[in-house]
Amino acid sequence: MSETTQPKPVADERVKEMSSFRRALIRPELGGICGTIAVFTFFLLFAHDSGMFNSQGVLNWSTVSAQFMIIAVGACLLMIAGEFDLSVGSMIGFAGMMIAIFSVTLGWPVWLAIMVAFVLCLAIGALNGVIVVRTGLPSFIVTLATLFILRGFTIYFPQLLENKTIIGGIREKAEGDWLAPLFGGKVLTGFFQFLGEHDLIATFERGSRQGEPVVDGIPMLIVWAIFLIVFGHVLLTKTKFGNWIFASGGDAQAARYVGVPVNRVKILMFTFTAFCAAVFATCQVMEFGSAGADRGLLKEFEAIIAVVIGGALLTGGYGSVLGAALGALIFGVVQQGLFFAGVESSLFRVFLGVILLLAVILNTYIRRIITGER
Amino acid sequence: MNSRTTHAPIIEMKGIEKHFGSVIALAGVSVDIFPGECHCLLGDNGAGKSTFIKTMSGVHKPTKGEILFEGHEMHFEDPRDAITAGIATVYQDLAMIPLMSVARNFFMGNEPTKKIAGISFFDRKHADRVTMEEMSQMGINLRGPDQAVGTLSGGERQTVAIARAVHFGAKVLILDEPTSALGVRQTANVLATIDKVRKQGIAVVFITHNVRHAMAVGDRFTVLNRGKTLGTAQRGQIEPEELQDLMAGGQELVALEGSLGGTV
Repeated sequence: MSETTQPKPVADERVKEMSSFRRALIRPELGGICGTIAVFTFFLLFAHDSGMFNSQGVLNWSTVSAQFMIIAVGACLLMIAGEFDLSVGSMIGFAGMMIAIFSVTLGWPVWLAIMVAFVLCLAIGALNGVIVVRTGLPSFIVTLATLFILRGFTIYFPQLLENKTIIGGIREKAEGDWLAPLFGGKVLTGFFQFLGEHDLIATFERGSRQGEPVVDGIPMLIVWAIFLIVFGHVLLTKTKFGNWIFASGGDAQAARYVGVPVNRVKILMFTFTAFCAAVFATCQVMEFGSAGADRGLLKEFEAIIAVVIGGALLTGGYGSVLGAALGALIFGVVQQGLFFAGVESSLFRVFLGVILLLAVILNTYIRRIITGER
Repeated sequence: MNSRTTHAPIIEMKGIEKHFGSVIALAGVSVDIFPGECHCLLGDNGAGKSTFIKTMSGVHKPTKGEILFEGHEMHFEDPRDAITAGIATVYQDLAMIPLMSVARNFFMGNEPTKKIAGISFFDRKHADRVTMEEMSQMGINLRGPDQAVGTLSGGERQTVAIARAVHFGAKVLILDEPTSALGVRQTANVLATIDKVRKQGIAVVFITHNVRHAMAVGDRFTVLNRGKTLGTAQRGQIEPEELQDLMAGGQELVALEGSLGGTV
């Protein structure tokens, strides 16, 4: 032990050097990366000539994947913080319906309708969190109640006000609105115009839009997905708050003992999940021009499955936003790919069940490696 | 030894009583804690040790009695107040989060930040470097700062928790049965850590029901029995056998006597 340098402790002979394979194995994204490679290989082999990989096909599965990604980011951070939100799907239906009722039925400007719908959703998300934190009840039960309450209102309000369960006419209302394009617009339209003109992507060959590219821009939905993934990933891995998210889900009591505001973290994560659901709903409403009472059905489970495929532990304290995003990508590619490959679409559910089971088994095994359990 | 009694205590607990409904958990306990000393709090299960340290660390408010910290009367509303004042507690099971890396655990609740473009980020480089330094000083080999705490042994986890408390400026370190679940070698490591910490001038409150562990590092010994204390003894004034008898409420523990000869 020299006096000028740090004392270098002797290596413990019982600690085996960790192989780089094992090291890679404990990264939460591993399952997602392998799954993504496998899925793309499969469809490149079996559906390469089906139009799945031309500009239109790519846009098709990217949009579906982006939908899953938006809700998966929220569900991922919440799951790492140790909680679930089963009300995501109902929240999507509810937010969309509120926008439709405010703007079409009540005649408010669309920007105001969107803003009020967001505020409502964030408040309900925060309420979920407050109830879970205050009562100490499992979030599973609390948000299951919210699932039914919100879905009930989503069906009741349009029937009460308009005697129907689908409210349309939002697209017309949204024209010229300053906030609506943030959810329903497209970006890089000039770039796609350029690609179309130079025959780099497919263009319409006849009809009123002859010469225009089939894909004329990237929908804001995809931009939101990328933004939320980057935001979630940076928040989780690069900030103080991210450490608190891990700590709150890893062991809430231990985190409280060192002064982590666990309750605040959990309530904020419930609110963020609601925010993601509201983004999803607004994009969907702007895309379809209508809101339906059955929108968002089962989305909560799809979000949770994407997160679990992405390597997060159901028990909290471990996971990755990038992994969840890959999980959502696998989801979207397979769902649309089976369609392109001409496979019976009900088999998608079989695939989901199988991959979910495999992911959970892999995750359990990985946790044993991390925590050194035997 | 006498010099130790001349300086002022950092914590004075005077006539602490704690009632939970009709149950009297503490019936007037007075203890003084001195900086640079290891104060062992001994007692059998149910003696009131946990209640007493939870009162000291701000988890419980005493029903009666007063707490003086550095000569001033203190009223801790919650554990956070006590931590801010410099009283850190390391709980036996709840010290660390196994799934998180050592560096993330070490800085949990005290994350260093640096600003990039006005946004405050978790300074991972700083955290990693400090963690490696602190761990090597405590004699723990890490593969890297990102190694999960779950891969450390129980003794190492206690040591990390102690190093963390000391690093963040604890003046009083309360250790709740740090050795009770550990093997011989790990216990020795934790006791050595306690000794290091004490020599830095920090007051250590060491809760245990193992007399040998207490004798190995203790400067003062207080035995709690059924919510009461029979006073505090200094090192050299009391024999392990006496401590053991006091803990058991004065009953002779003939069968165990033989094993109490050495002090680890």
